[in-house]
Amino acid sequence: MTRTPYLPPTMPLPAVTEDTRPFWEACRRRELVVQRCTRCASFRHPPAPLCWRCRSFAHEWVAVSGRGRVFTHAVVHRAPLPALEAAVPFTVVVVALDDAPGVRIVSNLVDAGPGELRVDLPVEVVFEEMSPEVTVPRFRVRRA
Amino acid sequence: MRDAAAIVGIAQSEYTKWGGLTRCTEYQLALETIVKAVEDAGLSVDDVDGFASFSNDRNEAAFVATDLGVPELRYAGMTWIVGGGGACAAVAEAAMAIATGMASCVVVYRSIAMGQFQRFGRALAGDVAGGRPMDAALGFALPFGLVNATVGMALLVRRHMHLYGTTREQLGHVAVTFRRHANRNPAAVMHARPMTLADHAAARPIVEPFGLLDCCLETDGADALVLVAPERARDCRRRPVYVMAAAEGSGPRFGCGAWAMHYMPEEDYATGNTARLAATLYRTAGIGPGDVDCAQLYDHYTGMVLLQLEDLGFCKRGEGGPFAASGALAWPDGALPTNTAGGSLSEAYIHGLNHVVEAVHQLRGTAVSQVPDAEICVVASGSGIPTSALLLRR
Ligand SMILES: [Zn+2]
Repeated sequence: MTRTPYLPPTMPLPAVTEDTRPFWEACRRRELVVQRCTRCASFRHPPAPLCWRCRSFAHEWVAVSGRGRVFTHAVVHRAPLPALEAAVPFTVVVVALDDAPGVRIVSNLVDAGPGELRVDLPVEVVFEEMSPEVTVPRFRVRRA
Repeated sequence: MRDAAAIVGIAQSEYTKWGGLTRCTEYQLALETIVKAVEDAGLSVDDVDGFASFSNDRNEAAFVATDLGVPELRYAGMTWIVGGGGACAAVAEAAMAIATGMASCVVVYRSIAMGQFQRFGRALAGDVAGGRPMDAALGFALPFGLVNATVGMALLVRRHMHLYGTTREQLGHVAVTFRRHANRNPAAVMHARPMTLADHAAARPIVEPFGLLDCCLETDGADALVLVAPERARDCRRRPVYVMAAAEGSGPRFGCGAWAMHYMPEEDYATGNTARLAATLYRTAGIGPGDVDCAQLYDHYTGMVLLQLEDLGFCKRGEGGPFAASGALAWPDGALPTNTAGGSLSEAYIHGLNHVVEAVHQLRGTAVSQVPDAEICVVASGSGIPTSALLLRR
């Protein structure tokens, strides 16, 4: 079942730093962006000052489709925070993005039915506003 | 650094469930246990000139040295290896201090009274603020409920299950085997509490694929060890246990580890981040996994034991589950008796330092569940994060 929001707005919110600001600002526009090195063209996430492959500091932000596949998953039954008491059980997924090779994003799958959650499940991004400043990317099952 | 130092003294406090330590402070428990370990070695506190601990130990060495009346503090180390990854690193850094002449007698210690402070590894609740590298990383974890190690390690183990067919029942064999060891160990918190595979299967889910009995204990207790140079060790009261080899570090892209980061290379993902350390250990010692008589592995979660067994070469990649289910980890008849005092799952959660103490017992010949004629024991600290490991020999 889809809940809105999937996790409560009292969840910890991210720090928006110089390195991460373009990512979070893009989420507010409902766009998923990934850092790409302009020297060797490799993608990286989470955002970092330099390319861990070629050590260039030069980079650009590239919008991606938001489509991916579940790389691994967990289902949280015991609320690890008081804020989550009403949200359990919920999923945590690591999603490998289709069009940013090597990039994985930690998120949630908001609508997996019973028995549907599995590795390699095709998913696509959805956005949830957590505060006026912060919108986060979550994922739903990609259905034909 | 082969045989750079020897462990000549050990001590363990009483172990209780979380909140059970009420007779004294966590800090006093650290001091008592250090004094007992020095006495065990047949040395005096006046001989001690160094300390090493890990995971931002609250009981800081400068105060420990002051209150013990240490005449001269020459080395105080706190490894950067995060959390439970640091127990073996603290021993390694004590050995380094001795090998380089920075100090001559170093105490490694850890005291945790979770009832007096917050529970260790408690979920991170606040908004992420600040400009540390870790803050940026946490911003991509905490808003999604990846707020503690249980979620992080569940993700690694789920991937392992997908790749290799590892089962919940195989995880159960780890839990039940270590519980049987604890049932023989009067000091273990779970000494009087038997466990069956059916108990494991029926336990309430915490974070799938982990149920309650896949997760380590939360306890109060303290351990300490005393290290000196090998030539001095021969004059101590106990049979020396030599630090045959030591390693600490990480593979690429682990950051602070899977409790917050999931960006390591795909081939490293469903591992314990201990394989590179294992290569260093075996190369330094000039031995292989087949020469190891018993193992003390970091068991924060049952499934992570399987990954670390594979990292250390005791079975092939992906075969940790069948290896555990074969009875290999069981004392006395298994191929590799492991966590012979019960480990963090069933003895106590002293952040993996109790694993080093149990290894010393095995090599002295004083373990409750003694592996006959044990000569070499491997000890590994927290997996799935930057970590550390030791080969100890008698
Ligand atoms: Zn590059």
